[in-house]
Amino acid sequence: MNDIEKREISTSYWKDAFRRLKRNRLAMVGLYIILALILMAIFAPWIAPYNPYEVNYDEYLKPPSSRHPLGTDEFGRDILSRIIFGSRVSLYVGLVAEGITVVIGVILGSISGYYGGWVDHLIIELTNIVFSFPFLLFVIAIVVSLGPSLTNVFIAVGITNWAGTARLIRGQVLSLKESEYVEAARALGASNTRVLFKHILPNCIAPIIVSATLGMGDAIMIEASLSFLGLGAQPPTPSWGAMIDYARDFLRTNLWYSLFPGIAIMLTVFGFNLLGDGLRDALDPRLKI
Amino acid sequence: MINYIIRRLFLTIPTIIGIITITFLLMYVVPGDPVRILMGQRGDPATIAMIRKEMGLDDPIMTQYFRFLWNILRGNFGRSYATNRLVLPEILSRFPATLKLALASMVIATTIGIGAGIVSATKQYSFFDYSSMVIALMGVSAPVFWVGLLLMWIFGYSLGWLPISGYGGITYLILPAITLGVRPAAYIARMTRSSFLEILRQDYIRTARAKGLSERRVIYVHTLRNTLITVVTILGMEFAGLLSGAVLTETIFAWPGIGRLSVDAIMKRDHPMVQGTVLFTAIIFIFANLIVDISYAFLDPRIRYE
Repeated sequence: MNDIEKREISTSYWKDAFRRLKRNRLAMVGLYIILALILMAIFAPWIAPYNPYEVNYDEYLKPPSSRHPLGTDEFGRDILSRIIFGSRVSLYVGLVAEGITVVIGVILGSISGYYGGWVDHLIIELTNIVFSFPFLLFVIAIVVSLGPSLTNVFIAVGITNWAGTARLIRGQVLSLKESEYVEAARALGASNTRVLFKHILPNCIAPIIVSATLGMGDAIMIEASLSFLGLGAQPPTPSWGAMIDYARDFLRTNLWYSLFPGIAIMLTVFGFNLLGDGLRDALDPRLKI
Repeated sequence: MINYIIRRLFLTIPTIIGIITITFLLMYVVPGDPVRILMGQRGDPATIAMIRKEMGLDDPIMTQYFRFLWNILRGNFGRSYATNRLVLPEILSRFPATLKLALASMVIATTIGIGAGIVSATKQYSFFDYSSMVIALMGVSAPVFWVGLLLMWIFGYSLGWLPISGYGGITYLILPAITLGVRPAAYIARMTRSSFLEILRQDYIRTARAKGLSERRVIYVHTLRNTLITVVTILGMEFAGLLSGAVLTETIFAWPGIGRLSVDAIMKRDHPMVQGTVLFTAIIFIFANLIVDISYAFLDPRIRYE
């Protein structure tokens, strides 16, 4: 197959997928939520009405008003501005933590599926062990051991979260390994690394994209939970989970303080879930019956 | 069947040993001298050295590891640094609270999840289908601790119907059980819907319709029964997850279960208690999943002969 033909086929696959994705209204809603979030994170200093760190005791725990659309916290800081800046923490964690997860998962999963034998058994056993640990407890224990910080949240999520991706990639590699085009590549004398990286892994991209999209939502949720327990981003960094943790003390009289950061988390994770579901339907035509 | 069960039981052994090893390593690499944590600021270096020796903390790592493994196998999980009580009895005394919460939220999740899933599937693409699936996806996306706080505000502070936290009669159980049930309910609804739709497309359903059975009979007898096989597995897996302790829910509602015990232990750096709760919940999880697999094999004979 010459280069031009190859490019036509591959672009039409992605074009078709994108067309299918565009037809899926819920997936597009998810995409718009995520785009809005990215823009919010990039342009935070220009969008936010106030400095998220600025303390002003005259504005102690004010309810939503025209001056502070989402109210203020116990330091008089503007909650809207803190939520806008909080999107940076969430996206950052989503990207880095999920990035680590994907790298570890793809490496271990493809080695396991491609080489088989004792390596495969070892990696399968390792994924089983990771799966049987109480997930959140395991993450908490690692973060406490290493010390509470965002970097350690990445490490903890990376260590605990790769098993799902590894299992997925292993399955893909196992089925692709037996396909005719891989046999052909081998017959032409391609080395194992070449077959794996040039021929098999590029065909695993679709499931990787789907699981990474859904995984970003998970990672953001884990960061929020850890920050809620005081183990993630440290004050005064505006993190949505940490905001809810502080808001808890004022729940009885100041519901809005807990309400808005929670809505931000829910919408964000919702966006990633909608897009992930949509991508799965769009990228895998076999699922469409 | 017996052979299958025995084989599966043997397969859990390496996993359990792996879990014990990782739990050991986790606490071994933790910075901070356990003796210092035990004694606080008071201990003088000579006493600390003596206690370290007594606890075997100066032994080579392999010696410590095998001692740990041997103790765990005998059911000796050590003593808590914080209370000096034996770890295992302490965990067992908290287990009923966790079990109660898990059962209650499972009842809620199953009722709502299966109900919404079936109605959605039978009325695919209807308004109900769209809205319940969007709500289900939101339920999966909402942070558990936030849902708990909102429920607390609505039913505790505003309406004053239910106690906001603590442990006691059934009124204390309702809010944490709903909080914990939201995610599994949403998940079960989604899975019930998709597996129901898949079965509706099967040939034997067309046969059932073709031979003139009423739609009601097709749905409630032929489709539902086959959907249940898939759904039961999911229920089992979700339940296994809940049994290993609802860390966040138990924390916000001050529910005295294993989840809260373990978070408290982690925060206090009570190493034996952390090891104990992590190990205990992991083992519970493995066996709960094993029971699910076995009952699945019981329901679907194809599994046994793979």
